[in-house]
Amino acid sequence: MVAYIIRRVIVGLLMLVAMSFIVFALFMKNPVDPAQFSCGKNCPPERIEETRQALGYDQPLLVQWGNFAKGVVVGREYPADEAMREANPELVTECAAPCLGYSQQLQMTVNEEIAEAAPISISIALVAVTIWVVFGVLFGVIAAVFKGSLVDRGVVGATLSLYAFPTFFVGALLINFVAIKWGIFPAPGYVPIAEGGVGEWLLQLMLPGFTLAAVYMAGYVRMTRAFVLESMSEDYIRTAKSKGLKGGKVLFKHALRAALTPLVTMFGLDVAAVLGGAIITEDVFNYYGLGKLAVTANETYDLPTIVGLVLLLGALVIIANIIVDVLYAFIDPRVRVA
Amino acid sequence: MTDLSKTPETTPARDGAFLSVQDLKVHFSTSDGIVKATDGLTFELERGKTLGIVGESGSGKSVSSSAIMGLHRGTNAILSGQIMLDGVDLLKVSNEDMRRRRGRDVAMIFQDPLSAMHPYYTVGNQIMEAYQVHNDVSKKEARTRAIEMLERVGIPQPDRRVDDYPHQFSGGMRQRAMIAMGLINNPSLLIADEPTTALDVTVQAQILDLLQDLQRDFDAAIIIITHDLGVVAEMADDVLVMYAGRAVEYGPCKEILTNPEMPYTWGLLSSVPDLTASTEAKLIPIRGNPPSLLNPPPGCAFEPRCDHVAKVGGDLCRTTLPDLTPAHSGGNHTKRCHIKNADEVYEAEILPEIAPDLVED
Repeated sequence: MVAYIIRRVIVGLLMLVAMSFIVFALFMKNPVDPAQFSCGKNCPPERIEETRQALGYDQPLLVQWGNFAKGVVVGREYPADEAMREANPELVTECAAPCLGYSQQLQMTVNEEIAEAAPISISIALVAVTIWVVFGVLFGVIAAVFKGSLVDRGVVGATLSLYAFPTFFVGALLINFVAIKWGIFPAPGYVPIAEGGVGEWLLQLMLPGFTLAAVYMAGYVRMTRAFVLESMSEDYIRTAKSKGLKGGKVLFKHALRAALTPLVTMFGLDVAAVLGGAIITEDVFNYYGLGKLAVTANETYDLPTIVGLVLLLGALVIIANIIVDVLYAFIDPRVRVA
Repeated sequence: MTDLSKTPETTPARDGAFLSVQDLKVHFSTSDGIVKATDGLTFELERGKTLGIVGESGSGKSVSSSAIMGLHRGTNAILSGQIMLDGVDLLKVSNEDMRRRRGRDVAMIFQDPLSAMHPYYTVGNQIMEAYQVHNDVSKKEARTRAIEMLERVGIPQPDRRVDDYPHQFSGGMRQRAMIAMGLINNPSLLIADEPTTALDVTVQAQILDLLQDLQRDFDAAIIIITHDLGVVAEMADDVLVMYAGRAVEYGPCKEILTNPEMPYTWGLLSSVPDLTASTEAKLIPIRGNPPSLLNPPPGCAFEPRCDHVAKVGGDLCRTTLPDLTPAHSGGNHTKRCHIKNADEVYEAEILPEIAPDLVED
């Protein structure tokens, strides 16, 4: 098992290396000049040249990527050009390992950007994941148990309509009615735990959390229902029943346990995805999380930020995959041996 | 019926057989109409005896046995008739009462032991569970009992194998474990639904031997469902041949195998390969397919596939369902066929084909 995990981590790291290179290459082969973007609209040609040097865009692609990789491992200093650093030592910015780059647009290292935005995204994700897993699985099981009844149809119908609503619509609806008109929840604005305590933090996150959770929850209801129904029709469920086990035990010990495997797979990937930023939700509620950061970086051609975020998200997905695989072994003994 | 846990002991043996199924009907209501999976099944079985139920897939064998287990409760199945087990009508008891009887009075083992065991729990866990649900014992006691049962069914090193998962067992061992699970509460009726179909031939014989051994020890009644007449010949005291949800021939095993009087049974016998026959000899399959249970033929359900309709004459086979009537050989042998001289037809036409050496005598 340990050897397996090590192997997976190595493969994961290689994938990250390849990913960073691909993002770099795509970006550089683009007809748009990133230095121009970093410098601003009315930038004189010599300033553009300066920016190009400061960010290292004057170097060949491989060298740039090499510098980036080196920065991740040992850290680096900005501006990228050594002569410029020597000329204006007061402008030099330290970027400690693992340095993901420096954003000229935001005037800070990508690490600092992420450190600022990540807690917001993680907070929203935490609340959203809790809501969608608890209610998604709960309603899914209820629908499966009462299959074909009014309860089932109600749950399935409700989730289907929820599924059909786009996130920005649900978000806007909640802000308009729940927050502004009815005043049940405060008009959202992120409050860190350090400032407002857990209660305030959670209260502020309820609306964005639910907005993000809505679509996922609908999906989980449908999936849980399908997986439970599928495992309820397995032969071993008939065996469990013919032993005389009570209905609850048949459902929870035998059927749900088997339905868990595919759910865990979905769950791992979904969590990684929302941790990397919920673009629409963060935008609707104006939370400066990773999603919003990514959108801004894309709009302003902020290469270092984009590369950094892509790598972060990639790493999250890879880590989630490894965790899911390890979890499999705990859930399914047949995987353990192999 | 206040103290459910004592019902098997306190219920006095009534008149009639230990298990008596009367006119059992299991119908499924579907959007296309009513599927009559089992349509009027009647049989009896004593403790220590074995009934073999034979028939093609879809003939209603498994549906009928699931009805005895009460496994159709909570589905869209419509059941009627009577299933008297030790004087109690299993179709009339409450769901909770039926649940308590399941696994304790009536146990079942299934065709494919790999899919019939939960892949995520150890064999021991699953056997213990069957014991604990009906007995108020500690985990440790249940475990001891599970190991005891595994040893009884011939699993080597049961104290170690008890912690194995089903996939770590071989097919034969899994079926042994299933039998241990089925018999752990000492049930008075064991239903074996094609217990050897998924096993290879050498293991099949071992499992059948084991079942017979255990039957002697536990004095259980066994219903063995199979489409293998070899299994029936080896195990059964009585045989019930099913076709399209109905019994078409029923009687003592020896009678059915030596003097069958229903063309469908003849077809089953003709389809059995004979080890001693020459390689030139052809197996004679029954032509056609089993009828739809949604729109069964109006007369004899076997009529569309029967080669002997001409012997009856007229439209009788096509229009009128024959009753289950006593066969020529007498005794308890009954058959559902219009042919008057079925015994002679068998002697003259069928026997020479399937066992020519018997005819020469």
